[in-house]
Amino acid sequence: MNFRSHLDEVLSSSKFAVTAEIGPPKGSDPNIITKKAEMLKGYADAFNITDNQTAVVRMSSIAGCCILLKMNMEPIMQMTCRDRNRIALQSDVLGASALGIKNLLCLTGDHQSFGNHPSAKGVFDIDSMQLIQIVKNMRDKGIFQNGDNILARRPDVFIGAAANPFADPFELRIDRLRKKIKAGVDFIQTQSVYNLDKFNKWMDEVKSNGLDKKVHILAGVTPLKSLKMAERMKFYVPGVDVPDTIYDRMKNANDPKKEGYEIALEIVRELKNINGIHGVHITALFWEDIIPSLVEETGIRTMH
Amino acid sequence: MIITKQKKFKDLLNSVGKGPVFILGCNECATLCHTGGEEEVLAMKDAFEKKQVRVSGWVILEPACHLNNDKRLLRSFKEELSKSKKILVLACGNGVQTITEIFDDKDIISGTDTLFLGEIKRVNEFDKRCNMCGECLLDLFGGLCPISRCPKSMLNGPCGGAKGGKCEINPDMDCVWDQIYNRLKQSGKLHLLEEIQKPKDWSKSLEMRREI
Ligand code: SF4
Ligand code: SF4
Repeated sequence: MNFRSHLDEVLSSSKFAVTAEIGPPKGSDPNIITKKAEMLKGYADAFNITDNQTAVVRMSSIAGCCILLKMNMEPIMQMTCRDRNRIALQSDVLGASALGIKNLLCLTGDHQSFGNHPSAKGVFDIDSMQLIQIVKNMRDKGIFQNGDNILARRPDVFIGAAANPFADPFELRIDRLRKKIKAGVDFIQTQSVYNLDKFNKWMDEVKSNGLDKKVHILAGVTPLKSLKMAERMKFYVPGVDVPDTIYDRMKNANDPKKEGYEIALEIVRELKNINGIHGVHITALFWEDIIPSLVEETGIRTMH
Repeated sequence: MIITKQKKFKDLLNSVGKGPVFILGCNECATLCHTGGEEEVLAMKDAFEKKQVRVSGWVILEPACHLNNDKRLLRSFKEELSKSKKILVLACGNGVQTITEIFDDKDIISGTDTLFLGEIKRVNEFDKRCNMCGECLLDLFGGLCPISRCPKSMLNGPCGGAKGGKCEINPDMDCVWDQIYNRLKQSGKLHLLEEIQKPKDWSKSLEMRREI
């Protein structure tokens, strides 16, 4: 069988996948990515390179992905609709595919008001749902959004998207996932999980609707590095649900960093036992060096 | 209604210099927004005079964006207008430009910032309601506009940041997608949201002129 990417192969053969996020630098130094990548090599099947995450200007995702490719590591290129219209996005899909990037993650994107250029004009010509559909049609039908034919090679990419089980209204979360599947998504990376009860509730709905059979779901994990980070996640980052129990543990811990790691371990161990979960997606913000031990201690890479 | 807000007095003072200045208001939107009705125009006149800026006259247009009405009304202020090199317009950006069209030898000063097309919720409270996208999609969303009321203009919302009915951008603002959901649920039309809304044809919003 032909797989679109290594990630596709891992997921399609029902192995437990691990993806990890690498944030590009606020500068043009490729070594920042190279260093993080060297540290993480072998600890994940594919690596997300963020696209100006939280609307802060950083090295472009496509460039970060190329640096990984040179190191024989598999990137997942994140694409948001905030900064580019359908012309630029489709052009980047072609460009990414030409360069050998095989996984794309389609996102609407954080609003520019959260970032460091709040006076920028947000584009939002299309949303993530429409981006998924456009990429799918480019790949499977060989057409652009306007219906014109792609003339020289279709972009054969594995299509990802995000899902947030913790946002409101809860009932719509399943509908939206179903809609993303209908739009053509192959894999889903969820918002970081701290509230396992709510996550399980969402997964139950996912399973009873048979959606876990139609899309590969990777559960998000973000280790809490400090009490300050726990506070930020709990109170300020939109869409994240840090329950009081976890927050209190961080608050009462003598060594919050260690406690944060313990919590992450527990969460990963729980997640890997949930039926219908096909992998985890680890985002360790400014703490990428924790990923190797988190992966080793939980044994998720040996589940192949 | 076109919602406006008055520019800072100190900036306006800077723009009019020593005067003399002629002040124009508008009897429609700017009156209801309290940015350019009679009351505000007279207050502006007073404030200028206190700063020793001469005001040669004033009038409330009916409304400022009506070219022929403006021309007719302004005819009776020929003398006052001839004394002023500067005209301060307390109306929306459209009203200001209609005045620009009438005078080619004067400095036209915009006294307001035009914010959005919205409704008057209560006295002095205004909410954005429409981006004038050129092809109204309200029927698809239970009569609530995600283009103007969702900061990301999502046609397949809500985004992952919606929480407790509030928007992730600003917790004082309702998430319109939450409202769309509730309204469609109430009317048994949730199936409308199953459809993937196609990318919007923004070219419809590029009309520059319409003649009947
Ligand atoms: S759909 Fe377009 S025309 Fe209709 S209310 Fe929204 S922005 Fe205005
Ligand atoms: S919270 Fe609701 S209104 Fe705000 S950006 Fe998200 S979908 Fe749009």
